[in-house]
Amino acid sequence: MSDIPSDSPVDQSRRTWVAITAGAGALGGAAVAVPFVSTFTPSERAKAAGAAVEADISGLKPGEKMTVEWRGKPVWIVRRTKEQLEGLKKTDPQVADPKSARKPDELTPAYARNDYRSIKPEFLVAVGICSHLGCSPSDKFAPGAQPSLPDDWQGGFLCPCHGSTFDMAGRVFKNKPAPDNLEVPPHMYLSDTRLLIGEDKKA
Amino acid sequence: MADFKTAPADASAGVKFMTWVDNRFPATKLYKEHLSEYYAPKNFNAWYFFGSLALLVLVIQIVTGIFLVMHYKPDAAVAFASVEYIMRDVPWGWLIRYMHSTGASAFFVVVYLHMYRGLIYGSYRKPRELVWIFGCAIFLCLMAEAFMGYLLPWGQMSYWGAQVIVNLFAAVPFVGPDLALLIRGDYVVGDATLNRFFSFHVIAVPLVLLGLVVAHIIALHEVGSNNPDGVEIKAKKNDKGIPLDGIPFHPYYTVHDIFGVGMFLMVFCAIIFFGPELGGYFLEYNNFIPADPLKTPPHIAPVWYFTPFYSMLRATTDVMVNVLCVVIGLAGLISLAAVKGKARIAVAVGVLVAVALLKTFDAKFWGVVVMGGAVIILFFLPWLDNSPVKSIRYRPSWHKTLYGIFVVFFVVLGYLGIQPPSDIGTLVSQVGTLFYFGFFLLMPWWSTIGTFKPVPDRVNFAAH
Repeated sequence: MSDIPSDSPVDQSRRTWVAITAGAGALGGAAVAVPFVSTFTPSERAKAAGAAVEADISGLKPGEKMTVEWRGKPVWIVRRTKEQLEGLKKTDPQVADPKSARKPDELTPAYARNDYRSIKPEFLVAVGICSHLGCSPSDKFAPGAQPSLPDDWQGGFLCPCHGSTFDMAGRVFKNKPAPDNLEVPPHMYLSDTRLLIGEDKKA
Repeated sequence: MADFKTAPADASAGVKFMTWVDNRFPATKLYKEHLSEYYAPKNFNAWYFFGSLALLVLVIQIVTGIFLVMHYKPDAAVAFASVEYIMRDVPWGWLIRYMHSTGASAFFVVVYLHMYRGLIYGSYRKPRELVWIFGCAIFLCLMAEAFMGYLLPWGQMSYWGAQVIVNLFAAVPFVGPDLALLIRGDYVVGDATLNRFFSFHVIAVPLVLLGLVVAHIIALHEVGSNNPDGVEIKAKKNDKGIPLDGIPFHPYYTVHDIFGVGMFLMVFCAIIFFGPELGGYFLEYNNFIPADPLKTPPHIAPVWYFTPFYSMLRATTDVMVNVLCVVIGLAGLISLAAVKGKARIAVAVGVLVAVALLKTFDAKFWGVVVMGGAVIILFFLPWLDNSPVKSIRYRPSWHKTLYGIFVVFFVVLGYLGIQPPSDIGTLVSQVGTLFYFGFFLLMPWWSTIGTFKPVPDRVNFAAH
């Protein structure tokens, strides 16, 4: 190449072809990135693992909670006492979204958009994952004043990570880091004592 | 290309061998450029140990890491047990593992001190901007490396720490939830997440890290090291072109650094043998409980080296967003007074857009922006500092006070990030966050104010 003088004019047609070749090469490179990035998305097996789970609630006494795993997340089933259901009326003005109006399609199925956020008032079914950064809140069912909780506490849940609080219907209190109520998953009763989580009649 | 050299006929076998090599690979040239004829300022003080110590810890991490991978299993079902297997059943496995876990914290101790050295002596100023930027990129890689490595033991803190940090990405408007899904590879942190973090931790990030370390050192050796006086030693050279205040890195600083290595290893070994958990700061107690996706531990906190930034994340509440709106409004008013014509419209529009954005998206998202911004802002330091001198030694004494307050706030933010959230803690971390950003963003102005001391022509040095 050294026999071409450095001051010779630029061959424009060669420049054009160099640009086209480089552009085509870049496109090819970008296309190759697609399969690599795709491997980051959930695998078919992970998607299939979203199947519904059945829970037997016959042994659950009033005031007790059981946890089942659905899609790798904890789903709580709480059998609420009369006092706890009464307490929901008192927390009504203290919670951020009492009527479950925010993102209803994602968080609260139509059949749970009521005062108790449940099909049967007694049984709360909710995904035990805080809407802030995904920690699992702890049970604080005992009413009354206690550390990190207000004096007129009616029973509910406290997230240990950033201090968000939820009432016995999984509704988030005002001015807390968590923006939303706990998610009520799609669910239905197969019988009085058998609950299917992850599927409802609509589906 | 260099000419082909021939060793004299009576040369020793060693000389003949090196001549043979040098005709094919620039071994002697590299040795001279980076060691025997790399002239470093003769007035280095103890702050200058931390660069070579960072290199030492990098080697420790790579070597111990290679041996840990021989026994560790990146599978959610057996990962926790395989770490315990290393600790109990693999001969000397506990030592290798403690070297690696202590090495992670030691890396951050050394790197934070190394960065502070650069900060006070102005080692980021022209012509060392790229040395600093490569260094900031190394710090960023190191954070990614540490975060992903912390998931691997698959304990409670590994699991819930990763859950919280990955969910931070979900706060990004519009694409957040999909982005978090892409990072986890599943709907919750699980086996897929563990596998990909393992891959990133053992190969992807270390490769980038090594490349950046090489770039950092090449850039440094191109421009030459700064020194505690901030004097350019290349400005005064002898008739051979050697800086008057420079001495060859080898043997002087290699021997000097071996002393630093000795001191470092004493502390490092004391921790490995007598307190590898260091009271829960280096290895958190909750991480000795296997990961349980159904139950969050009562108190979760990141490892100490992330806590200053984590505090800033927690400090960004709705109230803080309002404070930021007011701060931006005030800054806008001052700029309006300072500029004329069309620039005024631009300033007004900029302020309105910024405030509108702040109020539109959740405080949770702005927390993520603040945390990321606290690291990214370091990259811009070379262009934020306008002071006429490099080194803190020749700056007005109130600058020293300001740097002191900066360090205090950084440590306090770190302490608060370990503690459970509290109202007073949040308030203090909000003040700390504002100070941190104020320190950097107002630096173009405050760094020029005050009476600067005259900088000498030659470095201050008294032979020992």
